[in-house]
Amino acid sequence: MAQPATYSELDAERADFYRHLLRQMVLIRRFEERAGEAYAQGRIGGFCHLYIGQEAVAVGAIAALEDEDYIFASYREHGHALVRGASARGVMAELFGKATGCAGGKGGSMHLFDVSKGFLGGHAIVGGHLPLAAGAAFATKYRGTNQVTICFFGEAAVNIGAFHETLNMAALWKLPVIFLCENNRYGMGTALERAAAVWDIAHRACSYDMASETADGMDVLAMYETTARAVARARHEGLPTLIEARTYRYMGHSMADPIHGHYRTKEELEEQKERDPIESFKARLMEDGLLDGETLGRIEADVIQEVEDSLKFSDESPDPDLEELYSDVYRD
Amino acid sequence: MPTITYRDALNQALREEMERDPNVFLMGEEVGVYQGAYKVSRGLLERFGEQRVVDTPIAELGFAGVGVGAAMAGLRPIIEFMTWNFALLAIDGVVNSAAKMLYMSGGQIPIPIVFRGPGGAALQLAAQHSQAFESWFAHVPGLKVVAPATPYDAKGLLKSAIRDDNPVVFLEGEMLYNAKGDVPTEDYTIPLGQADVKRAGSDVTIIAHSKTVAVAAKAAERLEAEYDLSAEIVDLRTIRPLDTAAVVESVQKTNRCVIVEEGWPFCGVGAQVAFEIQRDAFDDLDAPVLRVTGADVPMPYNKQLERAAKPSPEGVIDAVKKVAYLD
Amino acid sequence: MATKVFMEALSPTMEEGKVVSWEKQEGDEVKAGDILAEVETDKAVMELQARGDGVLRKVFANEGTTVEVGKLVAIIAGPDEDIQELLAEAGNGKKGEGTAKAERVAGFEAAVAEPPAAAPLPAALSPLLRPRAEGRIKASPLARRIAAERGIDLTVVRGSGPAGRIIQRDVEAAEPAARPAEVFPEEGYEDVQLSQMRKVIAKRLVESLSPVPHFFLTTEIDMERCADARAALNALDEEPRISFNDIIVKVVAAALRQHRDCNAWWQGDHIRYFNEVHLGMAVAIDEGLITPVIRHAHRKSLREIAGEARELAERARARKLQPQEYTGATFSVSNLGMLDIDQFTAVINPPEAGILAIGSIIEKPVVLDGEVVVRKHMRVTMSCDHRVIDGATGARFLQTVRRMLENPLAIVW
Repeated sequence: MAQPATYSELDAERADFYRHLLRQMVLIRRFEERAGEAYAQGRIGGFCHLYIGQEAVAVGAIAALEDEDYIFASYREHGHALVRGASARGVMAELFGKATGCAGGKGGSMHLFDVSKGFLGGHAIVGGHLPLAAGAAFATKYRGTNQVTICFFGEAAVNIGAFHETLNMAALWKLPVIFLCENNRYGMGTALERAAAVWDIAHRACSYDMASETADGMDVLAMYETTARAVARARHEGLPTLIEARTYRYMGHSMADPIHGHYRTKEELEEQKERDPIESFKARLMEDGLLDGETLGRIEADVIQEVEDSLKFSDESPDPDLEELYSDVYRD
Repeated sequence: MPTITYRDALNQALREEMERDPNVFLMGEEVGVYQGAYKVSRGLLERFGEQRVVDTPIAELGFAGVGVGAAMAGLRPIIEFMTWNFALLAIDGVVNSAAKMLYMSGGQIPIPIVFRGPGGAALQLAAQHSQAFESWFAHVPGLKVVAPATPYDAKGLLKSAIRDDNPVVFLEGEMLYNAKGDVPTEDYTIPLGQADVKRAGSDVTIIAHSKTVAVAAKAAERLEAEYDLSAEIVDLRTIRPLDTAAVVESVQKTNRCVIVEEGWPFCGVGAQVAFEIQRDAFDDLDAPVLRVTGADVPMPYNKQLERAAKPSPEGVIDAVKKVAYLD
Repeated sequence: MATKVFMEALSPTMEEGKVVSWEKQEGDEVKAGDILAEVETDKAVMELQARGDGVLRKVFANEGTTVEVGKLVAIIAGPDEDIQELLAEAGNGKKGEGTAKAERVAGFEAAVAEPPAAAPLPAALSPLLRPRAEGRIKASPLARRIAAERGIDLTVVRGSGPAGRIIQRDVEAAEPAARPAEVFPEEGYEDVQLSQMRKVIAKRLVESLSPVPHFFLTTEIDMERCADARAALNALDEEPRISFNDIIVKVVAAALRQHRDCNAWWQGDHIRYFNEVHLGMAVAIDEGLITPVIRHAHRKSLREIAGEARELAERARARKLQPQEYTGATFSVSNLGMLDIDQFTAVINPPEAGILAIGSIIEKPVVLDGEVVVRKHMRVTMSCDHRVIDGATGARFLQTVRRMLENPLAIVW
């Protein structure tokens, strides 16, 4: 199996950037923790898939993008939306189903959208959004805008027809698109090894003569660097890349699913938490003197305030008007 | 006014709209080099080049989704399915993505896309290649569904569909491609959602669309000659949004109605139309609304069986006699 | 402890009651004995009393609705008491009915006469005599609409569609015969909704005296002055000659104008009282009996009536009457006097509510001012449909008829 790329040396001149990445990961962690609580209290309904444990993937990858680039994500996309700049208020309010949510309360946890940030959704059919991302890349190429499109999806999606159809066309047509597979090892309760004949997901790209890389999804800088290479390939050569990020989710598949049990052990979970992307990054920054306790405290306090504000905002926001039921079915 | 085929009318619509708007492009299997499996896209590759006339692999789910994604990013794709039978592979893209994107994004992302291709049975193509899917797609809020019967309508409606900001499912009649009709040379469009009275009459309304308009027309001629019954033919043209007003207006005039469609009977288009009639024209009905549909079976290969499975003028005449209490 | 409030049988014959008004509203505190509601029974407006203390928690029957005896109309319970089960029971509607009846308070049951089992209508009963509401008429919506617009009675239209469905062509063909607008009085009438009492009377009488709830009133009339008047008129030697029957028709018409409550049709769910009098006049013909109608009889002079009656009778015997000439009467007379029948009862011709049977005029000794004298006397018997006409109503009408015949000048009074 290919060894994931890691990033070992920190550059003191980029300390602000590192602290920014750390803050974003902490924001996701705290946001998701509070969302989980709100779900348990019945303030959030439906399915709610938390991103805890995988923060480094979205934060590192999106940091490598430009503002005008497009992002497609699956239904475990709260973190991606936040990192992309959708406000915590807008995302939390959407989870609450409020009119002030980033999709007006009509999308919910699985369908977050913020077109102003190039965040083109939350898509809830596994693999269904891969062709869409290729389509957006097709459009940017068609118009010659030099934008890059990135598509996040779980490892379970690689066994879906759309994955193959899309990667084939992306390679065939030389589309500037990055397929970023977040391999958190379980498609709901089925381990990758029990669902795929080939466990090395990056190898799938061979079928389409597409560039591919495997990255440590628990290492935010590795994710950043790997994605940056793929972005350059897309932007300058107009070529697609398949990235496999090896990561791990701490929570159940959704809030309605067990965290561990039949499909994985508590011990495995605890062992994986030792690789925690936030703790390990903090430690490295502190080790290199790029982060002190006071700054960390300030980051934590700042993030908590942002998340608490989003909860208060969501609680106080109105439900959508009943007339909204019939709006936006068709564009006049 | 020139007389051209349904196929060429569609070709003109594609060509004119692609000339008109550089964001419009055509994508599908065999649309370019091969000139179209049914030659609807003949000459377009030469005129617009590979960027705008895109041959795809056989990957309906993939390229339909590429179309939706391109629409999300601001283009106006026309996705050709070689036939609608193959579009079942793409139904996730059409239903889960195209139809719902505007709604679930809270109005942020319109999907101006046309999915088009031939639908319905041709001749002896058997079960997997002979089906009419109007009701499948018309069931879905967010989609518009169009099924023209004549070259004039085909051109005017396709142009409207391409200019529409919503996903449009455009079902062409496979057996209609060679049908001829007058089509003006000047630019025109036909609004989506407007039915058309193809034949005025006073005794019974026959509601049809696409291929069955011709079936209804044959039946109407014989009803006039053999039974002295004057049949009005209402061509729905657009299945969704349905022009209920036009249907009701006709039924209020004739008090009797027969609906003809190629699809299967259960939950078919006619079931919906009959519902609208009983709701809005209940007191105008002198007889229950009857339907003439494709047989409730997978399409058989055998020629005779196939003929029996399709709606026929005889079937329409029988139904009309029933609603007119002539039998 | 919750108390169920049932529609109580507030009269011995009451099967259903109409809630006229609620005296207590949901949420009001009530004590046993408080008046909860006013209920119109078949006899009177009665008070429905609370039979328990508490709060009127739920009312099931809105004002104006009619509820069968024994059905739950409200629940009285403690302010916080759980009444979910009771609500569910009430929600079950008809299913709960039996339970509700069985749970009626003691003593209450005994007071209620067991309602007679609904007697099936005799098989031989003419369709015309069946209650109008019985069964559903199969007609296309269009046929119904046309019928409603043109006032066509669908019960008399024959359907040519599948399973006898009445369709457009049927109502259009039926129009000349069945169109009341041509046949029936148009000058105006008043449809009076049936009161609870009237409904019960109608139902009871049909049940007990089926098929037709007739009753009969007979009176004897001194025709001496009538005979004088007739002789005087005929002495003018002008055609047409006036018959006793003509005079009777004229008088009955005039009397009906004064007694609109006898000039009426039974319409199943309402009664139609006519302002104009169209008098049916039974005429014996070879095949049986037909009743040509003298329209607007009360407006016509004796001479006009005489001429018209003769003409109609002749054409009746020749079987030349048009349908509209023998339908649409608001009341009828049947005269067998010329056949030496002293007295008889005639059968009502529905939907009319009455018919007057005229016997022979005979000379008989009577006591007048203390002396025995011979006078011309005639007995008339009125058949009344009790659903429309009550005894006193019919009697007052007959009194007017008698007074007019005994003093013919009253006709012009």
